Amino acid sequence: MTTPRTLLDKVWAAHEIAVRDDGTSLLFIDRHFVHEGSHHAFRKLAERGMSLAEPGLTFGVADHYVPTRGRGAPIADASIARMVRTLDENAARHGFRLYGLDDSRQGIVHVVGPEQGLTLPGTTIVCGDSHTSTHGALGAIAFGIGATEVAHVLATQTIWQKKPARMRIVVDGRLGPGVGAKDVALAWIGELGADGARGHAIEYAGSVVRDLSVEGRLTLCNLSIEGGGRLGMVAPDGTTLAWLAGRPEAPTGSAFDRACEEWLALASDPDAAFDRDITLSADAIAPIVTWGTSPEDALPITARIPDPSLADDPARAERIRAALDYMGLAPGRPLEGTPVDRVFIGSCTNSRIEDLRAAAAVLAGRRAKVPGMVSPGSSLVKVQAEEEGLDRIFVEAGLDWVASGCSMCVGMNGDIVAPGERCASTTNRNFRGRQGPGARTHLMSPAMVAAAAVAGTLADVRPMLDGRPVP
Amino acid sequence: MTPFTRHEGTAVGLPFENVDTDQIIPARFMATPRSEGYGRFLLHDLRHDEAGAARPDFPLNRADAAGASVLVARRNFGGGSSREAAVYALVDAGIRAVLAPSFGDIFCGNAVANGLLPARLDPDAIEALLAMAPCPVVVDLDATTVEAGGRRFGFEIDPVFRVKLSNGWDDIDLTASWGERIAAFTAERRARAPWLWRT
Repeated sequence: MTTPRTLLDKVWAAHEIAVRDDGTSLLFIDRHFVHEGSHHAFRKLAERGMSLAEPGLTFGVADHYVPTRGRGAPIADASIARMVRTLDENAARHGFRLYGLDDSRQGIVHVVGPEQGLTLPGTTIVCGDSHTSTHGALGAIAFGIGATEVAHVLATQTIWQKKPARMRIVVDGRLGPGVGAKDVALAWIGELGADGARGHAIEYAGSVVRDLSVEGRLTLCNLSIEGGGRLGMVAPDGTTLAWLAGRPEAPTGSAFDRACEEWLALASDPDAAFDRDITLSADAIAPIVTWGTSPEDALPITARIPDPSLADDPARAERIRAALDYMGLAPGRPLEGTPVDRVFIGSCTNSRIEDLRAAAAVLAGRRAKVPGMVSPGSSLVKVQAEEEGLDRIFVEAGLDWVASGCSMCVGMNGDIVAPGERCASTTNRNFRGRQGPGARTHLMSPAMVAAAAVAGTLADVRPMLDGRPVP
Repeated sequence: MTPFTRHEGTAVGLPFENVDTDQIIPARFMATPRSEGYGRFLLHDLRHDEAGAARPDFPLNRADAAGASVLVARRNFGGGSSREAAVYALVDAGIRAVLAPSFGDIFCGNAVANGLLPARLDPDAIEALLAMAPCPVVVDLDATTVEAGGRRFGFEIDPVFRVKLSNGWDDIDLTASWGERIAAFTAERRARAPWLWRT
């Protein structure tokens, strides 16, 4: 009898070209995504006079620095214009496909890949971006890498990696109304810490994960890195296959049927062993917001702001004190009711159509008390949202509806939160200065950001639902 | 890449947890070509006030930390963004080793690729070093020890990283010798999953 294997084991083994004496594997890479921030890696390649090993498995997307307003006009910022142009030039020189600034399919790389069907079950995917873990939602091994590794993949279509330890997070029970994938992710990160899954590949399982849409699974896997995980995965199932069918780059006809059989067989064997097993009860998860400067600083909206004087050790007390000082918060006060200055809906974490629908469901017929912007995850999501009339709901609520890109999640394109301003945000990092120098970020789900917009404060979305269906 | 074997220098304490790569180098500096040097961006928004003036009380700005080449920090150093620019900022500022109880995984790979040692020490050892810093230290990769103030602390590093650092190896050169295996595997992959390739 063969040893039972996990999803990770199966996909890993299918891509292992060799194992070195020191235990490091040489993995074949099926999909390599690059963006305009990958210029360091292309420069390394040029210095060696090397070309791409597999331009047909390399895909470029302009997202990190692109403007979200005034599309069509030349980019005003010279250094950004240069980076976007460099990506265009590299795509032309090396012959890889580019979803560039003017492409109707442009968007955030971690939204475009799955949307185009480039992200497929059982594949290996890398990108010079830590949120590459997103793609694991479809049953891929997908992880972020640095510029040196990007150059290595460009040159060889392979990467040297030590196999991560196997961790399973099982979420059972039922999510309550107004509670979604973002809350599940922040719940486990709050419990285990920002380095809680360090060195591990996470497989998400359990009834809640099986019931999640692909969009929800993408959000869950996206945030794996915020808990220190190397990658996140969900076993392909009927939901996955239905979602993939007909995507532009997915196989078609008999090839699709054959692939589906292989993909369904990737699920972890019933008796497969995991190095760590974590169980979460969905019934206990409330809508969550962060209060500090790390995603681990996550609490239910009904909680109070932590008090450093009650912390169990001095280093922890010091960290809470520093975080509250940066965030401009007083210890012991309820989180709910904390005034916010602006809201942001977007990023590779929460900008897909379902995210926009969830926010719009809360905002419909209501006005935002604070300014904010909504940046859809891709130009195609933007079109779809407009067809569904979601853009009008956002605009009538007083929010700006802008073009697609990483935007205010990382502030590279100039969409920033002003110093000292407090932003309710659907993004992934509440790090100091992440959304701009001195910016104060509270992470939460799209429905919760919509609630914060309506209330002008951190707010519990649940009383605002009034039977409104939040997907 | 410069091999790392043994390093003597000054250690400076950065007594914070979760020093993420956004703090090590804020995103707005990353459009800069590497040739211009990244050292001045290191921990920029922690080291400087809103007006851009150096905060005199910040550990790296203190006179006794001048020329420091070893950083001592609390847990989860280098978590977050995969930006290798965080390592460029450390290396260009003259840092050769970072000592902490834990590191972000991607940061570790980036560090080793650039000859920067990420050494994992017990939290107690880190607290002892933070209490001494700034201070002279000796970091020995062969012995996997850090010596400071007459005390010696062991550290951990993935054996693969250790070999790579001590040899100054570059992966692209190493992988060249696997060319035939890669070509054979690619052909096999193409046969098994032809849909991966665009026609």
